[in-house]
Amino acid sequence: MKTDELIELLGASGVEPVRGRPLRAALVIALAIGTAAAFCVMLTTLGTPPAARSAEHWDATVLVAVFAIALVFAGSSFLLTAMRPGTIARRTLVVIGLLMFLIPCAAITALLEQGSTAAGVTLWGPQSLICLTCIPLFAIAPFAALVWVLRSAAPTSPRLTGAVAGVVSGALGAVACALHAPDGSLPLILFWYGAPIILCALAGAALGPRLLRW
Amino acid sequence: MEAQAQESELKALMLAGLDGDAAAHVRLLGRLSPRLRAYFKCRLLNIRRAPADTEDLVQEVLISIHTRRQTYDREQLFTPWVHAIARYKLVDYLRRTKASTASIALDDTEDALSEEDLTGMDSGLDLEKLLARLPIKMGTAIRLVKLEGLSVREAAARSGMSSSAVKVSVHRGLKALSRFVRPNGDGT
Repeated sequence: MKTDELIELLGASGVEPVRGRPLRAALVIALAIGTAAAFCVMLTTLGTPPAARSAEHWDATVLVAVFAIALVFAGSSFLLTAMRPGTIARRTLVVIGLLMFLIPCAAITALLEQGSTAAGVTLWGPQSLICLTCIPLFAIAPFAALVWVLRSAAPTSPRLTGAVAGVVSGALGAVACALHAPDGSLPLILFWYGAPIILCALAGAALGPRLLRW
Repeated sequence: MEAQAQESELKALMLAGLDGDAAAHVRLLGRLSPRLRAYFKCRLLNIRRAPADTEDLVQEVLISIHTRRQTYDREQLFTPWVHAIARYKLVDYLRRTKASTASIALDDTEDALSEEDLTGMDSGLDLEKLLARLPIKMGTAIRLVKLEGLSVREAAARSGMSSSAVKVSVHRGLKALSRFVRPNGDGT
C-alpha cells in the first residue's frame, strides 16, 4: 500500500476527539480491577482473614500496607509517564528504588543486630514460605491488568516499564497477603514482604520486552 | 527559527486532530511522512543497512501516531513525541530483522555445504591467463612473490634475477595486470 493511500484511509473513518485524561483513567481502572482480583485470589486460597487479632498483628499489617501502598503510588505515577513515548520519570524511579532496597536492607541490619544466632532460625519459617508463594500468586492478576493497559499506550522502555509494573503488582499482592496476620518481628516481616516484591520486579523486567511491544 | 515554526505548526495540527478535526489529522500525517522517510533512510544508511524497508517503517509510525494519539500530552512539545515513536519503531525493526537473519542461518545449516560454488576456481584460472600475457620475467616475479609468498631475496635466488630486478618486475607487472583487468583495458 502506498503511504498516501494509508494516510487517506486513516483519516477516512474520521478521528475521534480525545478528551479528559484517558491514560490516567485507564491506569486507575486497571489498578482497581487488578486489586479486586488479587483480593479474590487471596480469599479463595487463604480464606477470609481472621477477625480477631492482637494489636501486634495489626501493627504488622499496617506496616506492610503502608510500605506497599507507597510503592503502588510511586509505581503508578511512574507508569503514567512511561505510557507516553520517550518519557521516563527518573525521580519517581529513584523513590521506588529507595523504597525497594533501603527497607529490606534496614530489615537485614536490624535482624543482624538482634543476634546472629537467632537470625538463622527465625529467618526461615512458615511465614517466609507463605509470603514467597502467595505474593507472586496474588500479583499475577494485577500484572495482567497493568500489561493490558500499558499495551494500549506507547511505552518506549519496555524492560523498565515491565519491572515497575511488577513492583506495583507485587506490592498489591503484599497488601492482600498482609491481611492474613503477619507473624514475627517487624524487620523479619519487612524482609519477607520485600523479597517477593523484588522477585515480581525481576519477572516483570524479564517479561516486559515481550509483553509490552506495540 | 525554522524548527520552532515547524514545531508550532505541527503541534497546532496535532491539537486540532485531537479535538476531532479529521482534515487536520490527515494533513499532519501528510506533513510528517516525508520527514519520517528522510529520518529512516538516513539512520539505516548510517548503520550500513539497505533502506529498502523505509516505507514500511514510515507507515508503521503513521499508524502508531494515529492509534496512540491519546499518549500525546498537550502540554508537551510535539516533535520529541514523534521522534520517540520513530526511534522506538527503528529499534524494534533492527531487533526484529537481526533475529530473522539469525533464524535463516540456523535453518540452512544442513544445506550449507550441499551447493558448490566455482567462482573462486574460475578467477584463479583467469589470473593464470593474465600472468601468461605478461613478459616472462614479470610473470615469474609476481608468481613467486605475490602468489607463493616468498621474500624478494628468496625470489631472486630462485629465479636467478637480482633483488632489485625482482622488485621492479613485480611493480611493473602489477601495473600491467591492473591495466588488463580495467573494464576497457585492451592490455596494450
